[in-house]
Amino acid sequence: MTGVLAPPPEVVEEAWRRVMLARHPQRPRTLDLLPLIFEEVTELHGDRLFGDDPAIVGGPALLDGHPVMVIGHQKGNDTETNIERNFGSARPEGFRKAQRLMRLAEKLGMPLITFLDTAGADPGAAAEERGQAEAIASSIKLMTELQVPIVVVILGEGGSGGALAMGVGDEVLALENAVYSVISPEGCAAILWRSPDDVRTAAAAMRMTAQDQLELGVVDVIISEPGEGAHTDHAATARAIKTAVVAAMGRIQQRGLQSLLAHRYARLRSIGRYQETVAGPRVRPEPPSLRRRLGRLLHLPGVRAPRWSEIWPGDEEHDLEDGE
Amino acid sequence: MPVKFPFSRRRNAPADAWTKCPDCDQQVFNRQLARNLRVCPTCGHHFRLSVGERLDLLLDEGSFEERDAGLESLDPLGFHDTKPYVDRLEAARIKTGLNEAAIWGIGQIHGRRVAIGILDFRFMGGSMGSAVGEKLARCFETALVERIPAIVVTASGGARMQEGTLSLLQLAKTTAPLPRLDAAGIPFIVLLTDPTTGGVLASFASLGDVVLAEPKALIGFAGARVASGTTGDELPEGFQRAEFLLSHGFVDQIVTRSEQRATLARLLRTLPVAPADDAWQEDPARGWGPIGALSGFAERLGGAVSETIGIDVEPAGRNGDRPVAKHREEAP
Repeated sequence: MTGVLAPPPEVVEEAWRRVMLARHPQRPRTLDLLPLIFEEVTELHGDRLFGDDPAIVGGPALLDGHPVMVIGHQKGNDTETNIERNFGSARPEGFRKAQRLMRLAEKLGMPLITFLDTAGADPGAAAEERGQAEAIASSIKLMTELQVPIVVVILGEGGSGGALAMGVGDEVLALENAVYSVISPEGCAAILWRSPDDVRTAAAAMRMTAQDQLELGVVDVIISEPGEGAHTDHAATARAIKTAVVAAMGRIQQRGLQSLLAHRYARLRSIGRYQETVAGPRVRPEPPSLRRRLGRLLHLPGVRAPRWSEIWPGDEEHDLEDGE
Repeated sequence: MPVKFPFSRRRNAPADAWTKCPDCDQQVFNRQLARNLRVCPTCGHHFRLSVGERLDLLLDEGSFEERDAGLESLDPLGFHDTKPYVDRLEAARIKTGLNEAAIWGIGQIHGRRVAIGILDFRFMGGSMGSAVGEKLARCFETALVERIPAIVVTASGGARMQEGTLSLLQLAKTTAPLPRLDAAGIPFIVLLTDPTTGGVLASFASLGDVVLAEPKALIGFAGARVASGTTGDELPEGFQRAEFLLSHGFVDQIVTRSEQRATLARLLRTLPVAPADDAWQEDPARGWGPIGALSGFAERLGGAVSETIGIDVEPAGRNGDRPVAKHREEAP
């Protein structure tokens, strides 16, 4: 054991309190907020390939009279609406609908505003058959090159790849009690602690609160929530989001298109922490000489050329862990 | 000084001379397995390879130069589960001899230069944290600058949980250079090996111009247990295996290990890097033949369309010019 310590209890409780607020059943959902933030919201349906996913909603709208494209995850507020919305867990057709709307926004030069609120993409067998991973990957790719400004707002849970598939933008805003994580705390606890009891510790260890994400540079702006949280006053939450989105759009639109894309690329490229040690590259010696090749042929000791598999040999032990 | 005979080591065979194939339960002699590229001679099961074995398999001997070998992870979150993340990293470094779960560099396949990145599942499940993401992004950017094809061989459980959302954002960091490869006309080939799941599959690994896979490799977004637990459905036969992805249209070819280098070489010959900018027309290998004929055809077709429906079709150009159709009334 080195000096690293488990998070202290108050940090654990605070992280879990935020997770509970982000998952609060009365927390405003995308469809609750859209009419309060935008005018003339027009929902469009279908991915033109397979179907329509109710876990993702979107369409054109006006923001202070300016045309924009809005897309968001949609959770329900009770069991019935949650089943209808698949608990906000999108399937491939949802991400492909989002891509279709993004391309439409690009074609018409409309800024894109996305709202994240999902525990993660649907992990079911049907989603897998239709290429869940490909749908997420191509959504991410499209957003990195989309030639219109993109503002991302994390409303509640920003869960893993299902959130990132709509979460690449020029500015990322988060509500005060939103969370953003690489895997759900339940999943993390099950894999790393091998016990569901450590879910709160996992939530704290992943530093998934909006404030943590701001410090890590993943989130750019935190939007304050009214009172005890967004669920207490939807209208005030919508006003706060609108103010923040308009301000972000103002900052982004000062950049020209080329600088917009260069800036977005630089932002993504800079995320992550690593070090470069002085360990020189493992450059292989030149191709084997005739002496070495002859020696190898005749099995003479000491003249066999080294192979990469001797520098990095394989073995039989493989642990299935540590991935999401 | 004891006298050493070159043949003496053959007498004392190591205790672990045999490996049991997990697929057919046959005992395979380790040296036979190594000679057979770590493929079971009985059933064709592909054992996992280390990055070193993969380099020997795919690249011309002596051609590989590793880049950014000293690039390694930090512990940005101070992450601590049952063990501190820094201890897990150190254990993985000792076990594998690698600094990180990926290496990248420049090598040659049948004499053609490529930028190649390889993930090693033995290093923390091949998981992608900041350092792995940075290495792959640099691999793609170097392919772009040097105008050479990019190849990635994957074996990964996904994003590295111990770096939180910084790992998640590596999905975007490794994907962001790919549209630039598209625009520059640089081919990108992916070889999926057992296992490739989670965030790695949900980013660059699904986005190859050509996606190859090893036979029976486990390839999927979510773990199979999650998939069946969520829906309660019976999982289809061969769920999340390479063959399943091939039949559902997400993989181009399944390539056995002995064919991989030849297949990559053929792809590099048949999918060459596009000539830079305006060199397109002047390139003797391309200026004639199908492309010249096609553009002539397009002009003829454009003319015919103009005559028939009264729309002026401008010839399509490269470098971002899209075909533009204008109504005749608006045209000058």
